[in-house]
Amino acid sequence: MYDRAVRRRRLTLAALLALSLLLLTAYFGESSGGVLHSAQRGVFGVFAPIQDGASRVLKPGRDLFGWFGDTIDAKGRVGELERSNRNLRARAIAGSEAERVNGQLRQLLNLDNAGGLAAAKPVTARVIGQSPTVWYASVTINEGSNRGVKVGNPVINGDGLVGQVSTVTGDAAVVTLISDGELAVPARVSVGGAQGVAQTGAGGPEDLRLKFIARRFRLDPGATVVTAGTVSNSPGLESLYPPGIPIGSVTRVEDPETDAQKIYLRTFADLRKLEIVQVLTSSINGNRR
Amino acid sequence: MNLNYRSLGWRLVLIGLFTVILQVAAVSQVKVFGVNADLVPLVAASVGLICGALPGAVFGFALGLLLDFALVETVGVASLILLTIGYATGRLRELRDPQGAIVPLLVGAAATAAAQIGFSLLTFLLGQEVPLGWALLWELLGTVAFNAAIAIPVYLVVRRCLLSVLPEDPRRRRRRAYTTGGLSPLSRS
Repeated sequence: MYDRAVRRRRLTLAALLALSLLLLTAYFGESSGGVLHSAQRGVFGVFAPIQDGASRVLKPGRDLFGWFGDTIDAKGRVGELERSNRNLRARAIAGSEAERVNGQLRQLLNLDNAGGLAAAKPVTARVIGQSPTVWYASVTINEGSNRGVKVGNPVINGDGLVGQVSTVTGDAAVVTLISDGELAVPARVSVGGAQGVAQTGAGGPEDLRLKFIARRFRLDPGATVVTAGTVSNSPGLESLYPPGIPIGSVTRVEDPETDAQKIYLRTFADLRKLEIVQVLTSSINGNRR
Repeated sequence: MNLNYRSLGWRLVLIGLFTVILQVAAVSQVKVFGVNADLVPLVAASVGLICGALPGAVFGFALGLLLDFALVETVGVASLILLTIGYATGRLRELRDPQGAIVPLLVGAAATAAAQIGFSLLTFLLGQEVPLGWALLWELLGTVAFNAAIAIPVYLVVRRCLLSVLPEDPRRRRRRAYTTGGLSPLSRS
């Protein structure tokens, strides 16, 4: 009796281990149209409405715990913000004259941006789920192909670029965030026009870097980085991202003006607290400037 | 152990579904000091600790599969890790039967650390760039500490859900006999 129980336990363990490895190998080896991927999209399609409902129901509890977390975090940031406030006040005084001119330019810029993004058929969506592990930087949103969302569409929020749609079902989609190492975004510095690629480095998901910047460009902390859009005139080489979407600002530069310079960015969008996002479902003029 | 597998199975299915939905829709989105709790390894470890190696392994496998499907991630990664956690905690119960009140906390912390390190290793083996650095270490240690803090309540909730379908623990039966009087061997003298 005991031997049989032991044998059954070991057989089950071996079978489950083998099945896990088999699934892993098959999933990793097949294309995105394969059986497992299709089944996964099917399950995701069923699961998404439940997740959406649960997200709405659990929002008050989430907000309550989030408030506690934010309060603890905020206490730690008071000193940092006070220093930042002093710097900003000094810069505000110095920049008051520039502000008058800038106001007029900004009106024009906003007009261009608003017109551009409105033409990109933005679809507003709510974040209904978030990956629990640091390895998979993704969120689930409650809009999918029924509203025109497609794989590869850029996703933004009020602060700037958030990521890119990686999986779509009828009523939901998975957005791979810009903090995922798999994602590389053509980017340029708004002042000076240096062009490169924004991608998370191997140092951590929050370690966003601007790569491939020519050494003749000198970048200072605070410089704003935006999406570059399509830079090639050849058909088939269009960027997925419209030009001019804010990505982040330069926080520090190591080995400046050398071939090995490392430029670190902080995203404008707070990727840990995403609630409402917009998916840009259409490109205008191949995302060229 | 003589288990009522049908009742136990239904309860485990419900616990698994509830855990994944709660984790994905709420717990993952609440950060304290930049880290969030991960209920999944805690629940897998609790089930192993309460039900034993075989149900623990099967539950861990199914929970991992559901998580991979729900999050559209590489199928098999979470299954492999949670299967191992469920089995290991189940064997711990069968071989050592630890009884201290602090056991769920220690097992929960160990299960979380194993899950985090397991994800790192498998991610690395699958050819994805592994983000090594202080941020990751902070995230790993923070999650382990956060999970350790909630491990005992999670264990108690899982035990509460499963207790009625499990065979009565001889130790608990003996303790109840003593406290209720009539069945105590001392009362015969």
